[in-house]
This record gives sequence, C-alpha cells and structure tokens, in this order.
Amino acid sequence: MTELEKGSSELLTFKLSQQEYALDIMSVREIRGWTKTTPMPHAPAFMRGVINLRGTVLPVMDLAARLGLPPIETTERNVIIVVKCKDGMTGLLVDAVSDIIALSEEDMQSPPELGTEPGANTIRSLSLIDDRMIRVLELENIIAKLESAAA
Amino acid sequence: MTLEILAVDDSRTMRNMIKMVLNTEDFEVHTADDGIHGLEVLDGLAPDAIITDINMPRMDGFGFIDAVRGQDKHRATPILVLTTESSPELKMRARNAGATGWIVKPFDPTKLIKALQMVAG
Amino acid sequence: MSDDMDPMAEIRASFFIECEELLEALQDGLQTMDDGENDSETINIVFRAVHSIKGGAGAFGLESLVRFAHRYETALDEVRVGRLVADENALKLFFQAADHVADLVRISRDDGEIPDDRSKELLVQFDALIGAEDAEEAEAEEIEFQPMGLALDLGLGGGGMPDLDNLAPSAPAPVLDIDQGSASAEFDYTVIFRPFAELFETGNEPFHLLRGLHELGECKVELIFEDLPKLEDFVPEKPHMHWSIAIKTEADTAEIQSVFEFVEGLCALEVTPYSSGTSEEKKKPTPVVEAPAPSIPDTPPPVLEPATEPMQQPEDLPPQPSEPSVEAKEEKTVDTSQSPPPVKDAKPKASAPKPAAQAAKSVVRVDLDRIERLVNLVGELVINQAMLSQSLEQSGLSSHSDAMNGLEEFQRLTRDIQDSVMMIRAQPVKSLFQRMSRIVREASAAVKKDVRLNAEGENTEVDKTVIERLADPLTHMIRNAVDHGLETTEERVAAGKPKQGMVRLAASHKSGRVVIEVSDDGGGINRAKVLEIAISKGLVPEEANLSDTEIDNLLFLPGFSTAKVVSDLSGRGVGMDVVKTAIQALGGRITITSESGVGTTFSISLPLTLAVLDGMVVQVAGETLVVPLNLVMETLTLSDLYLDEIRPGVKAIRVRGDFVPLFDLGVELGYRAPLDDPSGCVVLLIAQEDGQKSALMIDDIKDQRQVVIKGLDDSFYRAPGIAAATILGDGQIALILDPTDIINQASSVRLVSENTANNGAVA
Repeated sequence: MTELEKGSSELLTFKLSQQEYALDIMSVREIRGWTKTTPMPHAPAFMRGVINLRGTVLPVMDLAARLGLPPIETTERNVIIVVKCKDGMTGLLVDAVSDIIALSEEDMQSPPELGTEPGANTIRSLSLIDDRMIRVLELENIIAKLESAAA
Repeated sequence: MTLEILAVDDSRTMRNMIKMVLNTEDFEVHTADDGIHGLEVLDGLAPDAIITDINMPRMDGFGFIDAVRGQDKHRATPILVLTTESSPELKMRARNAGATGWIVKPFDPTKLIKALQMVAG
Repeated sequence: MSDDMDPMAEIRASFFIECEELLEALQDGLQTMDDGENDSETINIVFRAVHSIKGGAGAFGLESLVRFAHRYETALDEVRVGRLVADENALKLFFQAADHVADLVRISRDDGEIPDDRSKELLVQFDALIGAEDAEEAEAEEIEFQPMGLALDLGLGGGGMPDLDNLAPSAPAPVLDIDQGSASAEFDYTVIFRPFAELFETGNEPFHLLRGLHELGECKVELIFEDLPKLEDFVPEKPHMHWSIAIKTEADTAEIQSVFEFVEGLCALEVTPYSSGTSEEKKKPTPVVEAPAPSIPDTPPPVLEPATEPMQQPEDLPPQPSEPSVEAKEEKTVDTSQSPPPVKDAKPKASAPKPAAQAAKSVVRVDLDRIERLVNLVGELVINQAMLSQSLEQSGLSSHSDAMNGLEEFQRLTRDIQDSVMMIRAQPVKSLFQRMSRIVREASAAVKKDVRLNAEGENTEVDKTVIERLADPLTHMIRNAVDHGLETTEERVAAGKPKQGMVRLAASHKSGRVVIEVSDDGGGINRAKVLEIAISKGLVPEEANLSDTEIDNLLFLPGFSTAKVVSDLSGRGVGMDVVKTAIQALGGRITITSESGVGTTFSISLPLTLAVLDGMVVQVAGETLVVPLNLVMETLTLSDLYLDEIRPGVKAIRVRGDFVPLFDLGVELGYRAPLDDPSGCVVLLIAQEDGQKSALMIDDIKDQRQVVIKGLDDSFYRAPGIAAATILGDGQIALILDPTDIINQASSVRLVSENTANNGAVA
C-alpha cells in the first residue's frame, strides 16, 4: 500500500456479477465468510436475512440484487462485508473481495446521470484502473433506500 | 494560603457549583448534604469558613449555624449563608443565628470568592 | 464519565438529573398532602424541592424557570408558615404548577420553546391565591448583593468625633499604614469603624474588613484605643477600640459602605468625604507610630490581637478535640454527596433539633450503557452455556459424569447471574405512575370531570425499558378511562354515585409477571352501542351473535372508536388497537372486564424483563423459529384432528366441539405455498388476549427452553409477525414470533373477506 496523499482515499474493491465496485474503507468494519442467513418474512428481495455477528443480529443485504444485478447465488466463496453506516451495522453480500486501492480525487469522476431504479444514486464516482472501470458506491444511499423501502 | 471551606447544601447542583467555583489551589472544599451531615463533617475539621444553605432537610441552615456557634472551637469561624432571597428579614435571621455574611444565589463566582476572602482572608 | 467535559456543562447536566429527583419528591409530597396528611415536614419537602430547583435554575440563568418557581415557592411558603390553607383548590393549582415546573425543567434542558402563556396563566392563579406580588419586591429580588441602606444605622449622635476629642493623651494610637510610604497622599474619605461585640459573635473579623477597604485604594489606618478602660474594668468580650481610616479612592460612599455589608448593624460606621470638617480633625497632631508595613494576609500586628479576637481569651480556650481522627481526614477525599460519613463517636450534639429522619439509602449511579453491556454479556454467557450443554450432550457423556454435574451447576449459576443482572435494571413504576397522575389531572380538566387517581403498588419493580415503553399505552388508557370510562358529573349524580369519579392504577407481581390494572368506576362498557358501531363499521357481520367478552374485545379492533363526539383527548385517531399492539410488543397481554354501572378494568400482564423469554423452538419450512411459551395453550397433532375447510384457503380445526381457526405459519410468513398434505404437521393452540383460541400449524417442535431476546433493528426492516430474535445453541439466529400479530393480520384479512362474502361464521 502506498502512502496516502492529501485528497485521496483508500477503497476496498470487490466483484459483483463480473463488475468491479468499491467502498470507502473507512466504512468497512470487517469482512467475513458467508454463513447461512435467517430469512425475514415478507422482506424485500435484496434483504437476505439476518446473521449472528458475535451476539448481535446483523441484517445482510444482497448487494447485487440491491443494485439491480442478478441476485448472488451463494457459495462458500462469497463474503459478507460488514459496514457501518450512520448508527447501524449492515452486512453486504458480494461475490468476492479483490483489493485495497488508493485513489486521489482527480482519479474519480462523477458518474453520468443514471436515472434507472433501483440502482440510481448508488454510485458516487467512477474510476479507471488499468482500463477496468471501478464503481465507487455511495453507502448512505444504498442503506437509506432500504430504510425507506421498509417504511 | 489555602482556605479550607465547608459547604453545606442539600442541592447537589449547588454543591457542585461551589466546588467548581472554588476549584483552585486557593481553596480546599468539603461538602455536606444538610445541617446534620454538616455537623458530622465538621467534626474533626477546622475550616477557615463555612458556607451554608438555609432550606435543608433534617436540619436547616439556622439550626446548623446555631449548632456550629455552640461549639467553642467554631465560635469565630466565618459562616456565609447562601440565600435565594435578599430580604432584610432573612439576613437578620441569619445574622441572629450567628452568620457572618450572606451570598445571594445565583452567585457570581467572583463574588463568592470575594465574600470568602472578606470573611476569612 | 469523561473528564474533559466542560465542568459547567457537567454540572448543568447533573442539575437536570437532580431536578428529576426533586420533581419526584415534589409530586410525592403533593400527593401526601392531597391524601390529607398535612404535617409540616411534608410541606417542607415540597417547598424545598421547588426552592432547590429555583436555586439551581438561577445558577444557569434559566429565567423563566426561576420566575415561575419563585412564585410557586412563595405560595408554598405561605402554606408553610400557616398563612394559607392547602385546600382542594390550592392543591389543584400546586399540582398544575408542579407539572408546569416539570415542563419548564425539561424544556430548559432541551433548549426548547418556553411556554410563557402557560406560566402566565398559572401565575394569575397564584395571584388569585396569595395576592399579586409587589412589583418592586419582585424587582429587588433579582438584584444581587444589593447594598443595604447602611446610613440608617450610623447616626449614633456625633459618631466618632467626641471620641477623638476624648483621646487619652497617655495612650498613643498606633497607626497601621497599609500603603507604605505614601502617607502624604491626598485622601478622599475618612472612615470611622467601631465594631460592636456582636460583630465578633458572628465570626466577622475587622482585619478582613480593613483589608477589603484597602482594596478600594490607599489607606492610612489608625487604631484608636482611647476608650480602653482601666485593667480592673476590662471586659474581655467587649471591644474597646475603633479604627479611623483615611482612604484615597475613586469609589463612592456606597462602595465603601458595601465593604461593611456583612457587619451592618454590628458596628458604628461613618464615612465622610475628606474635604469636609473631618479633614481638620485629621490634621490635629496625633501621636503616631508608623507600623512597619506588614505583609497583610499573614500576620496582623500583634497590637491588634486583643481587639480582633476577643473570643479567644486563653483561659476560655476549649480543649481541642483529642485528635482529629484519621477517619475524619479521609472524609475529605470522599464525595460527601454520595455517602454520608459514618456517624462517629462524636460528642453529643445537643443543638441538633431532630435525629436523622432516615439514613440515606446508598445508591450508585451507573450509566445505562454499562448495564446494557452487562446484560448483553450475560446474554452471551447464556448462549455459550447452551452451546456447551448441546455439545456435551452430543458427546455421549454419562449424565452422572463429573462434567455433566458441573454443567448443571454452571447452568444454575448462569441463571442466577442472569436474574441478578436483570434486577439491576428493575425500577419501581412510581415515576410512571406520577406521570399518569398528571395525565388524569389534565384529562379531567379538559373534559370538565372531577376525577381522582388512586395509585397502588407504586413500588412494584419492572425493567426500566418496559417502564419507558409503557408510558404511551398507559397514557392512552388513562385518557380513555377519564374521557369514555367515567360518566359526566350529572350522569353520576343521577345514578346516585359520588360526584368524583375514580380511576385506579395498580401494579403488582403475579406469578413471575407484572400486572398493571387501569380501572374506572364509570358506567361500564355499553355493549349494545359497541356492537352497533362494530356492525356499522363492517367489523363484524350484522347477524353476529357475540358474547360479552367478544363484544368487549371489539374495542381492540383497528379503527374502532366509541366516542360519540371525537373529543380532544382520546379521539386522536389512536385506538385501543394501538395500545394492544404496544403491550404485545412488550411480550404482554391485555384483557378487559366490565360491569354495567360499576366500571371497567383493563388488565395488562407483562414479563418482568424484556431480555429473556421462555420459548418453544419450532421448525417451519426448514426455518427455526421461537414461539413464546406463555401463549401456547396446547400442542396437538394434525392427524388426530378434524380439519374443516370452511371455504378454500380458510381452515379450522375442531377442538372439543369448538371451531378454532387454523393458520399455516409457513404460509403466513411467506416461507412456502400451502401444503398439499399437512397431515404430519403439529398444531399449536394459541391463547388470544380475548380468551379466544387460534391454531398455528408448524412442521415440528424441537425444543423448549429459555432464550435471550435480541432486538431487531426496526429502522432497517420491520417484519410483520416477528417480535425479536435470539441466538440458538448452534450460533444460528432464530426469529421470535409474535403469534397474536400473525393471527390478527391473517384474521383481519379473513373477517373482511368473510363479510363481503356475507358468511355468518365469526373468526
């Protein structure tokens, strides 16, 4: 890992349906292997259920389904990224974690207007690394949308 | 010179206020919850001045001052009364009980310190 | 806990905590007075509570609170000194004022908008009670350290002048020149200060006063002892000397006099501007001894000793207390506000008017977060213990082995620890009941009924969280009782009942649960009207033949309201269905009993704590769920039962001749489609609050055990029919069902569909 420069941030990158996504590493609390979730009755499709995270009940979201991609078919290789957003902890189910990268502000571009639900407003910025497009997610909107969906 | 002070008030807030105001190296503050407790704390102390509230459970300020003045070693200990009223009757009553002076609540920290210095150096 | 917190903010925060305690004492005291006990200590407690709130509020500049509390205090003082009788009217105002003080405290704490109108309203009532307050007096209250009219006491026909004339030539007056080397300065005033004996009796000290004077400017101090009597006439307790001070200062006369504020009336004081005749006096050649400019704070010149400390004649010196005990020394470091020091051998304190009324209960304040953490840890312990038990059992150890015996002991200890930890959070329901007494006052005033609240079992302890979450449903029930339960005054009088209606609020422990009852002595539920409304709203079919209990329970149906006129109070669109839901969310049940003309009682039964639950672990569609055991009346096997299909999708079983509606839990939770062949399934008979039964179909029962309740993050997603979650021995999460919620949702769908189908059966 390189020394952090001003205006840059460290990102955790991961894969969803062969696409590359990233989250600000500051919001990531831990990464854990897939465990069976307990489904919640009548929950939205992207809500996979809850798991036991050292004694607390952690809701787990299928991030692919949340972003409008085909839902993840879970195997042993899938991982759950535990993130902290506002006051709550949430698990995000992804295919696999790739890397930790540092990007400066200049490396990140605002996404073109993507007005399509349900993925709208979930991408904070885009970045190209070795010709691969990395989509940096806006965590608050991903979780907030879920809250309003439940309300 | 550090002044040793005993502050008697049933209000925790007031006790804390006094402690905070006098939280300098010039003062060492002891506190008590009411007159009876005040006498208990006083036993074994020789404070340079006493500050007391009037309205307190078990033993009020007048009773407390009276009891303190009844002890030979505290006959001349300065006692300041904390009062929310500045009525002359109240001051007279406090004085008749043997109070040295009074501080009107809410007190200005500098005035409390000044009043203490005025009676105890 | 944090040391870096702004000390003032910390004290402010502790002030508001103290206020809550004082408000409780205030309520208690008023209640005692209302109960007809008018002893002086009660009124003193009430007075002191308001007084202390006012005092603290002043320190934080909470003007509105100070102003209101001051007036309230004045009225209470009138009662205290016997000038005012605390009759019904006065007490009513006192209660309202207490409520208002509570509001002001909380609003001040939260920096909210002060309801000045309400203050004014009540202040007008105080005026009516004790007469309007003299505006000037009120004004004067707010000025601190108001200089008193010192001049009044100073006339003393001629002041110090004759004394100076009588100067004994043989006694040279030593002069203490406080401001060294500046004797030639022009002085502005001459102050003649002659202490009386009383000055010393009040612990005042001329030396400090002189020093206070010196702070105003340069002083030249002369000790004048020409009045000193002959030795045989000498009275040691009487001051024989006085001081004449020349001062150079910018200060005016009032400021100089203010130095002597504490000794006003205890001395003769004369302040004269220097330019006047006194200056002549001053120029008289007076034998002067220049004192060697002492450092003032430490040692006044010895010559002052006899005058300044007349009380401490050597022969009068009391024996010093044998030794300042070590114990006493240690007290210094102890925060005495927390724990009164133990009463030591101590010399008899004759002057103590009363023995200690009661020893203060030793209490530790603990941050709720810490308790939560402990509760969580104990929860973990219970889960771990369950896991350990499971794996030991699976290992095939003999039940008589040491390991299994040890495990049993471990289980018992775990349970004990759990119970003890839960007790930490237990609190008396008193604070809750006090809030309710306010609700009764407000509600009865709003609907112009004369209502009295009788509270019983205030000391019953319940988990703090339960208490907090009971406030809303109880408020609603109390309002209902006042508004709908009790008749109007006219109706009561016509029915030969006492004019004053009664609402009773009672708490008690019954077989491991807390029972809270809200009753009224009103007219009882008008069942004909309730049924009529339910029919008109399409909640029950027209030709339905319902028992009294069934009719009473219609009150809990969503969207039901009996009030003819939607009143301001309870008709806010919140019905008893919301109350029921809230109680159920606490793992509780609510039932009604009502007798026409006698009254209605709502009875709430709650678990002692929210943290543990006796549960039945069941299997449905491959998922493990927990059903609260207290709701399961009976378990049956479906193959032994008659299964009736009332119409497609609506099933019922016959239990001892009754039709009981049957719900497939797997379907209701959306876990699976209806089974083609449910014959192997297990049926749980679930007790409904109304005494009705429903049946839930599950696949299998796995276990029956105590589970630790884990809250679900509601803000995230609130699943219908799910109360909470728990962690099982295998580490998996199991959801805890709210069977009543599931059944209600399912049956409300059914009722409506049956109504439209005009089917006579009632679920």
